[in-house]
Amino acid sequence: MPELTAALQLIATFDGDLLAIILLSLQVNLTALAFALVFGLPLGAVVGLYAFPGRRLVIVTLNALMGLPPVVVGLVVYLLLSRSGPFGVLGLLFTPTAMIIAQTILVTPIIAALSRQVVADLWAEYDEQLRSLGASSWQSMTTLLWDARFSLVTTLLAGFGRASAEVGAVMIVGGNIDRVTRVMTTAIALETSKGNLSLALGLGIVLLLITFIVNAAAFGVREAAARRAALI
Amino acid sequence: MVRAFIRWLALGLLISPVTASLAQPQHIILASTTSTENSGLLSDILPQFTAATGIPIHVVAVGTGAALRLGRNGDADVLLVHARAAEDRFVAAGYGSYRRDVMFNDFVIAGPGSDPAAIAAAQDATDALRRIAGSRARFLSRGDDSGTHQAELNLWRQAGIDPADHAGNWYLETGAGMGSTLNTAADMGAYLLVDRGTWLAFANRADLKVLVAGDSRLFNPYGVILVNPKRHPRMRADLAETFVDWLTGPAGQRAIAAFRIDGEQLFFPNADSTDG
Repeated sequence: MPELTAALQLIATFDGDLLAIILLSLQVNLTALAFALVFGLPLGAVVGLYAFPGRRLVIVTLNALMGLPPVVVGLVVYLLLSRSGPFGVLGLLFTPTAMIIAQTILVTPIIAALSRQVVADLWAEYDEQLRSLGASSWQSMTTLLWDARFSLVTTLLAGFGRASAEVGAVMIVGGNIDRVTRVMTTAIALETSKGNLSLALGLGIVLLLITFIVNAAAFGVREAAARRAALI
Repeated sequence: MVRAFIRWLALGLLISPVTASLAQPQHIILASTTSTENSGLLSDILPQFTAATGIPIHVVAVGTGAALRLGRNGDADVLLVHARAAEDRFVAAGYGSYRRDVMFNDFVIAGPGSDPAAIAAAQDATDALRRIAGSRARFLSRGDDSGTHQAELNLWRQAGIDPADHAGNWYLETGAGMGSTLNTAADMGAYLLVDRGTWLAFANRADLKVLVAGDSRLFNPYGVILVNPKRHPRMRADLAETFVDWLTGPAGQRAIAAFRIDGEQLFFPNADSTDG
């Protein structure tokens, strides 16, 4: 297994270049995830709780947007940020910020659609209770989101998974520039195109390991919090 | 700790706009072909430029066609590309200030060692293509408007064959970079046109061998183009010109000549022959 050897070698030697790539990947993905939560959670909660005209259309749209093709998002963000585009003066193209913008667009629908489902299910369960307590809609929404926090961890991880697995959009808007916008997935694509297949797969194994560690950490936090909540 | 983490995340968002929009960028963006990047040339010579001038270069490696589009939109400051006709059109249209010769190498036609179309015995490159067409052996085209793709289409024209008539049959367009196309060709046992730089640096050749080389039709010249700063006022034309001068000057030319893989020189500097 030359791939496993390459992966082990990568980890054993663990040079600054690899560390920089891993850190940038985490920075881009986690920042995008944070923004996606800021936009997606309230959106999901509102759509999950309130009845308004066109709600079904919004739900279907949110669900459909979970399947946004990254390449299309990359292309649209490129056209917006290009120096000949409307936001060209900001000079954001080929920077980590451009990658965060693209990732946020990709992850927000996932957070919104999944959290809407979670909140809607809980609402069906606690609707009467909350009404009888005379809770305002704002109180209902925050209560439900707080009650759903353990289920929402899975939502969060789905968003993180999307961001860290994605290559098409960040390649276009980041440009895969060495030490500037090169992340794990674009580095894997580059090594593949150089024919360094075992190095590419080795990087892939490292990426999987990181994803595993993040998931394990989230699982641990969730378990610990759930246990504490049960004690109270 | 949480605060430090949030600051670290915020940094990811803030760093680039602060450096990019408050002042003009302090770096230049070079759109280059995949061949110069994948062969390792740029990561060998660009640090020498940065060490000498203190100017960082951000390389975006795409095909020549895509690089010219980036230049046209002002998203790159300098282009290092290899499709002479398209380069001249680019400058003539006013998208570029000027073009200068930088270096050359050559294309080769590679294919499976068994050579089912017997192109190793061909008189020249066009004869080789006619043999491939005649035997309907699989030929992979980049199909991505890159310099190599344009050179390949040129060769077919000279051979008097329109490969589009056979697309999806024995003529297959990958629409991908040189490396990806080489990976596919290695797997399928197909013929393809490849620049020698990428070929020498490529690690997954499997059964592929160079079967045709040395024909003057396979000449592969690279040029550097300064994107027209008049069209893009935010561009750092001064930094970009410093780079063009370095690349075509003695230091850059020496660096190109010194770049070798397994003792073999990949690119041959020829900026001296530039007339302007």
